[in-house]
Amino acid sequence: MAAVSVENIIMSYGKKKQKINALSDISFSVAAGELFGIIGPDGAGKTSLFRILTTLLLADSGQASVNGFDVVKDMKQIRKRIGYMPGRFSLYQDLTVEENLHFFATIFQTSFSENYNLIKDIYVQIEPFKNRRAGQLSGGMKQKLALCCALIHRPEVLFLDEPTTGVDAVSRKEFWDMLQGLKKQGISILVSTPYMDEANICDRVALLQKGKILSIDSPAGVIAHFKNPLVAVKAKQMLALLEKIKTLDFVQDAYPFGEFHHVVLQNEKAVPSLEQELEAADLGHITMHKVQANIEDCFIQLMKN
Amino acid sequence: MKQFFVFIKKEFYHIFRDKRTMFILLGMPIVQIIIFGFALTNEVKNAKIGVLDFAKDAASTSLITEIQASRYFDIAQTLSSQKEIEPVFQKGNVKLVIVLPANFNAELTHLHTAKIQIIADATDPNIANQLTNYASAIIRDYQQRITENQQLPYTIQTQVRMLYNPQMKGAYNFVPGVMAMVLLLVCTMMTAITIVREKELGTMEILLVSPARPFRIIVAKAIPYLLLSTINIASILLLSVFVLGVPINGSIWLLLGVSMLFILVSLSLGLLISASADTQQTAMFIALVALFLPTVMLSGFMFPVANMPVVLRVLSNVVPAKWYYNIVNAVMIKGLGVQAIWKELLILSGMLIFFLGLAIQKFKIRLA
Repeated sequence: MAAVSVENIIMSYGKKKQKINALSDISFSVAAGELFGIIGPDGAGKTSLFRILTTLLLADSGQASVNGFDVVKDMKQIRKRIGYMPGRFSLYQDLTVEENLHFFATIFQTSFSENYNLIKDIYVQIEPFKNRRAGQLSGGMKQKLALCCALIHRPEVLFLDEPTTGVDAVSRKEFWDMLQGLKKQGISILVSTPYMDEANICDRVALLQKGKILSIDSPAGVIAHFKNPLVAVKAKQMLALLEKIKTLDFVQDAYPFGEFHHVVLQNEKAVPSLEQELEAADLGHITMHKVQANIEDCFIQLMKN
Repeated sequence: MKQFFVFIKKEFYHIFRDKRTMFILLGMPIVQIIIFGFALTNEVKNAKIGVLDFAKDAASTSLITEIQASRYFDIAQTLSSQKEIEPVFQKGNVKLVIVLPANFNAELTHLHTAKIQIIADATDPNIANQLTNYASAIIRDYQQRITENQQLPYTIQTQVRMLYNPQMKGAYNFVPGVMAMVLLLVCTMMTAITIVREKELGTMEILLVSPARPFRIIVAKAIPYLLLSTINIASILLLSVFVLGVPINGSIWLLLGVSMLFILVSLSLGLLISASADTQQTAMFIALVALFLPTVMLSGFMFPVANMPVVLRVLSNVVPAKWYYNIVNAVMIKGLGVQAIWKELLILSGMLIFFLGLAIQKFKIRLA
């Protein structure tokens, strides 16, 4: 049985005239025990999708189920079985770390000690601050506490809406390591993020853009779809370089990527042509090398098609 | 049940850790009672007046002494000509001027009739009215005393008795009013705000995605406010009995019982507001405009309902505070029992059922 199954979900906001389609005809499914990522920029519809799956919103049409329970009909069953961590920090800021944990444990009809071993690895990191009010924790600590609270009742499916937004790089890394650990405990996890680099850690990812799914595959599978040769180039005059590249007819796409420009070429034969053209252009200290496409390159390509 | 208690405990943490909330909840009733009791009063005491005495004879001097001696008046200005009257009113130094004509004593004793002019500043008509009444009464007393030994052919003597409030204290009127106001503010506004705050902070999202039954969450949020309101009633009653000297003439248990009923009505109104507001500001605005203003204006506490135009009189019937105010007046001041207030009790019970039903029906188990 799929942990999450979504069929033809359509969701829109606003009245007739200014109707905004948050989700247009979304379908996918998450296998039990899978770490599934929803990757997409702000406004792609990630939060709407999470709220539909956590029974907080009703879709306009389509069907969705969590562990076999329908999100509309079996609302109560689902609310017993899932853990949800909203995008915004949503714990009681004026309660201490410990009070928050005990409160949520009781609300979920369990106790802090009962499922301690599940959250142990995460809790030990925030334990030194257990008497501190949640509002005074750092961003990373807040997320760890929120994760503990979402896990306290040992949910079957965990929904994490942008858990690493606004969190520093080290804490992000730690957070994803924690998710790997939870996966080993058999919890299915649906996680959304605007950061492309985090996609590689997921078992499978869905690329979401303007309410539509562009692709669903394993990170390797997504990358395998990228057939064109990709070249990273760098020169002294980066802006002039990009303009020059865009005039070339064998270039399919070019965009800034970190300290390089990524250039998508139409075919292998274009690689030496690009080299010749750029050497002739005299833009100073040109370096170029072929690179392996990553998720972000794939996403940019999918978006443009 | 354990969920329920942990919820109430959490709610108390919120209240005790926010000093402003604490002050509004527990300090405001005391402050209100004290302000209404000592500062805001419509009783006239020691009003400054002016006297223009053209006579300066035995009769006029003794009349002026009597006016000066009363606790209502304080002679601030002694004038010497008609021209001075207007300026002292314009400066606002005095509220009233008494003019005694020349030959006052002679006219009184020989012609058996004398005239006294009373000029009042009627910018505030109520005060002008009260002052002229007091002044006339003092003059009437004086006249009665000098005619005491003569047998008048016909006399009607009025005997006035002020029932329930023999000293005519303003406190008798506002204690019930402040009780209604405080309970409404604490129960309705604070309850609505704390629930809406959970929506605003996003914690409602997590609470909804939990096995906790939504309506139980809401009821658990209301309970601390019920307890605090009980404390408030107790402190208001203690203050009014021991500081303001307003007695509880009826049964205290009946008074506490009806207060509980009114608290429940206010709480259900708070729940109703929280169901329709999404931000704390909106909740506060609705509570103030839709509840607080009508309570002050239409409950009969500030302005007598009987004197209002028909539309407002009809409208006042839907203000719960009006019925509670009537009940407290009847039980606390007049010392009446259940048989005198059964109609009000029925109406408040009906309101409770209606508002609570509507709140339950409107409560959202999802976000939108």
